[in-house]
Amino acid sequence: MRLADVIGPVMIGPSSSHTAGAARLGGLAKRIWGRPVTEVTLFLRGSFAATSRGHGTDLALLGGLTGMAPDDPRIPDAFSEARKAGISWEFNQENVEGAHPNSVRFVFSDGSGTGMEISGSSIGGGAVVLTEIDGFSLRLSGDLAALVTFHEDRPGVVAAVTGSLSRAGRNIASLNLHRQGRGGRAAMVIELDENYLEGLEEMVLATHPAINRVLAIPGGEDN
Amino acid sequence: MWSLAELEEGCSKTGLSFPEVIIARDSERSGASPESIRKTMGSRLIDMERSVREALSGEHRGKFIGDDSTLLETYGSKGSPLSGGLVIEASRIALAVSTYNASMGRIVAAPTAGSCGIIPGMLFACNSLFPTPREKLVDALVVAGGIGQVIARRATLAGASGGCQAECGAAAAMGSAALVFLRGGSPEAITHGAGITIKSILGLVCDPVAGLVEIPCVKRNGSLVSLGMICADMALSGIRSAIPPDEIIDAMRSVGNSLPDTLRETGMGGVAATPTGIRLKEEFSS
Repeated sequence: MRLADVIGPVMIGPSSSHTAGAARLGGLAKRIWGRPVTEVTLFLRGSFAATSRGHGTDLALLGGLTGMAPDDPRIPDAFSEARKAGISWEFNQENVEGAHPNSVRFVFSDGSGTGMEISGSSIGGGAVVLTEIDGFSLRLSGDLAALVTFHEDRPGVVAAVTGSLSRAGRNIASLNLHRQGRGGRAAMVIELDENYLEGLEEMVLATHPAINRVLAIPGGEDN
Repeated sequence: MWSLAELEEGCSKTGLSFPEVIIARDSERSGASPESIRKTMGSRLIDMERSVREALSGEHRGKFIGDDSTLLETYGSKGSPLSGGLVIEASRIALAVSTYNASMGRIVAAPTAGSCGIIPGMLFACNSLFPTPREKLVDALVVAGGIGQVIARRATLAGASGGCQAECGAAAAMGSAALVFLRGGSPEAITHGAGITIKSILGLVCDPVAGLVEIPCVKRNGSLVSLGMICADMALSGIRSAIPPDEIIDAMRSVGNSLPDTLRETGMGGVAATPTGIRLKEEFSS
């Protein structure tokens, strides 16, 4: 643990996992959705559902979706700020067997049929991890900038993507491959050292015909 | 291996001060420069001061708890409190910051949000009695953080894993070490201040009513500052723990591991499971 994580983070109370982590999850989901948030339904699980009201988990999640950092003093007013930002939202609860006790599923919609589902957990001390995007299991912390590819499990995809990053002079901090089965749907999470992502989605998408979709996610400015 | 003994040794071998050794180690491990680490800790101190100012400037309430800080201040200012002015001041600040946290105020988790009042209470009360140059206060915060790093590594700083000994207990130990440093104690005295504090709260359970960071968390913030202070005085007087501080931290880990789930932040044991604790939970959720 870094010194600044022991004395820190700076955050809106009362709970690092239920409040600060919730704000971070909202922010991370917003970055992955990548468009203005207009309609979102949140399904709270486990202790997020049980103690949401007392910990301001609902406010913090919505604050994150509105673009607030975990130390943003507007988090207690997140509902009115979100309304001002043109977001309509709904909170629900769900029981998912085996889910992390502090977790949430976001269902985004842009009102014209395009949507995205993102699930994540607050894993302690304000740290978070995204565990699912559109039904696909993965692990993404959002601390560093990341590229996520959705592709078919075929030879050459990793080489094509890492090769193109290498030619672009980009250093890979971590790389994780996930697949639903041999030859089936696959995803790759690549964390990068630098936050500069301009043009990377298009570049990576063009590297291999088996790649269907690429998301470039800016890293979080953690305090 | 992360240890307090290693930090002491770092001081005696290199001639660096205790906080300098901590920053050097943090820099080696994280890759950040010592200057940038120091700068971050300086800004943590500013955020901590701001949290104290904001906490004391208005009346803040949680779902269950009221403005205990003002009660203590009023009592302390007119009578002759048993505990003495410094303890009352530290406790008043700790109660205020912890209540501010419960009311969704902006605080510095130190080491956690649930224990965020303890270190500011101890540090700023000490500073009001013995005014200290700013850079030395930053050093003291580094000392607190360095102790916390060792606890995090050898045991845990999460109530859900180790009980309240790992949160409010760790904070009091970290604050105790910081005060020993501020009062000119040796590296050995610094680690023993922390060790004696942990020895005194070993086994403290995490039992929040309704799962909220209020009962008993806020009052533990207000009371454990005094434990950290007397342990600092003991260490400064030359008293040493017969059990080495690192071994005490290891004991804290094994005690935490043997706590049942009901006493690890589930809100199902301890004061949370008393008739009143259960009633308050029912009233809150209805």
